[in-house]
Amino acid sequence: MRLFNRPVLITALAATVLALPGCGSGAPAADEGTTLVITANSISGGKNSASAEWIKQWVIPRFEAAQKAAGRDVRVLFQPNGVGDEQYKTKMALDLKSKTGADVFDLDGIWVGEFAQAGYLRPLTEVGGADVETWEGWQQIPQAVQGLGIFDGKKYGLPQGTDGRVLYYHKGLFKKAGLPEPWQPKSWQEILDAGAALKKLPGVTPIQINAGTAMGEATAMQGALPLLAGTGTEIYSGGKWTGSSQGVRDVLELYRRIYAGGLGDPKLQQEAKGRDKSFAEFADGRIGILAEGDYFWRSVIEPKVGVAPMADRDQVVGYAKIPAMRPGTGIRGQDFVSMSGGAVRVLNPFSKHPRQAWELLSFMHSAEAVKAELAGAARVTSRSDVNTEVLAGDPMLSFVSEEILPITTYRPGLAVYPQVSAALQEATAAVVSGRPVEEAATAYRTKVEGLVGGSGNVAN
Amino acid sequence: MDTDAAGLGRGRAVAFTLPALVLIGVFLIFPAIWTIYLGLTDYRLTGLAAADPRLVGADNYTAALGDGRFRNSLWLTVQFVLGSAIIGQAGLGFALAWTMRDRRGPLRKVVEALVLLSWILPGSVVAFLWIALLDRDGGTLNTLLGTPGAAWLLDHPMLSIIVFNVWRGTAFSMMLYSAALENVPPSHLETARLAGASTFQQLRDVVLPRIKGHVLTNVLLTSLWTFNDFTPFLLTAGGPEGRSEILSVYIYNVALRDGQLGAGAAVSFLVLLINLVFALAYLRLLRDRREVPG
Repeated sequence: MRLFNRPVLITALAATVLALPGCGSGAPAADEGTTLVITANSISGGKNSASAEWIKQWVIPRFEAAQKAAGRDVRVLFQPNGVGDEQYKTKMALDLKSKTGADVFDLDGIWVGEFAQAGYLRPLTEVGGADVETWEGWQQIPQAVQGLGIFDGKKYGLPQGTDGRVLYYHKGLFKKAGLPEPWQPKSWQEILDAGAALKKLPGVTPIQINAGTAMGEATAMQGALPLLAGTGTEIYSGGKWTGSSQGVRDVLELYRRIYAGGLGDPKLQQEAKGRDKSFAEFADGRIGILAEGDYFWRSVIEPKVGVAPMADRDQVVGYAKIPAMRPGTGIRGQDFVSMSGGAVRVLNPFSKHPRQAWELLSFMHSAEAVKAELAGAARVTSRSDVNTEVLAGDPMLSFVSEEILPITTYRPGLAVYPQVSAALQEATAAVVSGRPVEEAATAYRTKVEGLVGGSGNVAN
Repeated sequence: MDTDAAGLGRGRAVAFTLPALVLIGVFLIFPAIWTIYLGLTDYRLTGLAAADPRLVGADNYTAALGDGRFRNSLWLTVQFVLGSAIIGQAGLGFALAWTMRDRRGPLRKVVEALVLLSWILPGSVVAFLWIALLDRDGGTLNTLLGTPGAAWLLDHPMLSIIVFNVWRGTAFSMMLYSAALENVPPSHLETARLAGASTFQQLRDVVLPRIKGHVLTNVLLTSLWTFNDFTPFLLTAGGPEGRSEILSVYIYNVALRDGQLGAGAAVSFLVLLINLVFALAYLRLLRDRREVPG
């Protein structure tokens, strides 16, 4: 039996031969000029859409024009992504592992350490050259914010900004439940009390605080860590990681009271798209209280560019500081607490054009570019000069900048942190699905000991 | 065959097989060896162990075999293969083929069209279709059953992915059995019926002996495909709390989500060994069938 007859074979061969020169025809473009690639976890019409639009509409044409004016032929391409944070992290790591990937890309500040340790990132000056140290922007970025891109005392990335965590509440639902407005709970008990009042409304989930492994790092940042700070405990302090401390037990107990007590929806915590679903439910007026970062205000329920836009956001959505367990029990004796993080932009050390890549990166962090990225919206950026100008018009972001940042806490910049965080996520998942607090806390301690090199590195 | 090879001469035979051997070497054998090597290290996707992986011997294997999560995965995979490939796809496929065997009217066309549709759709499309069907907020199934808010994917994750896989793969089995049943002479069945044989007896004594080879091929192939299938990840990502973390999903979660490439590679190799058992059984089956005259 013959698989192919002669005409088919001849056609196939001819097509192959004709196609071969085509493979090479793309190459000469590189000789004529330089091509740089930007990637970020953003995509038009989807995740972080505004950022994708800014890169395409503002950064690329302006940077190309500026380079042309300087007599250089530079082309910039944007590779959009619209995936979960963990998937994006894996993709970046795999790209860098194979020494490929975009020239300039976004990373969560907390990943900088593990990427640097793997040799996927090198300090900015080593990649971008002497121009890095003399960049004008450094004077505008406060030292604490610069810390987002610093690992082992070296600068690896330019911080895009920082953020803070609050409790959002739905004023319409609060009114129906007979709760006060403005609302500022002073203890965990007051949150539970408000939840109990909201529970009387049909079809409403009173409280949504991220838990479980499906939510990934969102569980740590929006839930477990701010709550832990509210008990006066830090996940890492004085060279030791916290084990099954009283603080960890208190946090797990609060989760149990919310999710086993019918005040939260445990299913939402287990679904693969649970966080996105909770956003949509809040926007629909089906969740009363939601713990989130200011990202939620800027990018999720933002009336025009949000993924779950609320046209009446400014009238309907209230925000309050996250209380400590009881007044004064928070970290540093505080009454209220928060966690902060932020993304950085880094250079690919395997870039073929590292100098130009630095030019592009610093261009993206110029005052003009940062202002353009905001596109009229307010956000706590990394640049003080921009902040003083743009935050005045937005009461929510001014609230974060003035009230939250002074009481906030940052995660430890250690490469093992993501695994400890995962262990904490597992502990909350166990409690939310009905396991006893004691069992979850003990399992957490055992896991952490394994991760950080034995019980000598674990306190309590 | 032998005379052809002799006619070509050894040199030309090598020249003709070399491209295939190179491709197999580069894309199959080398990665397999690399995976075995990785499985002996503590290689991670990020952090210090990514820059400087250490050989840890059989640690990954002993850790996996002693880990409840791995054993849970193995057990879930057995359920997945038994439920969806053997009972579901093969069983239902045969039942459909048997029911439809004498029909020539529009009903047969409709059933074939429906069943085939599920087979030609890409797995990812089918997965999203089932997510929409099973969704607890406004999912079609909840609307039909009048069970608003029932979270099928969360409360019955294994059942959900088993039903999904049955829907997806029954067409292949049905087609195979339809063709096989053509080989059973209607006169034999007629004779059996006249002799008073029940349907079960007809199946056991007349049909099964004639289509035994087809059944074995079908069960082996669907089991192998199901064993290696990754699409359930799109439905449940192995959750909630690992309750649908079949082996393929477990490997993905360990290697790529948690970044433990070494541990993931070790389990991949264990899976490869299990697959070899399927493959050897399949080869054995093919050989046995070839030896049967006629």
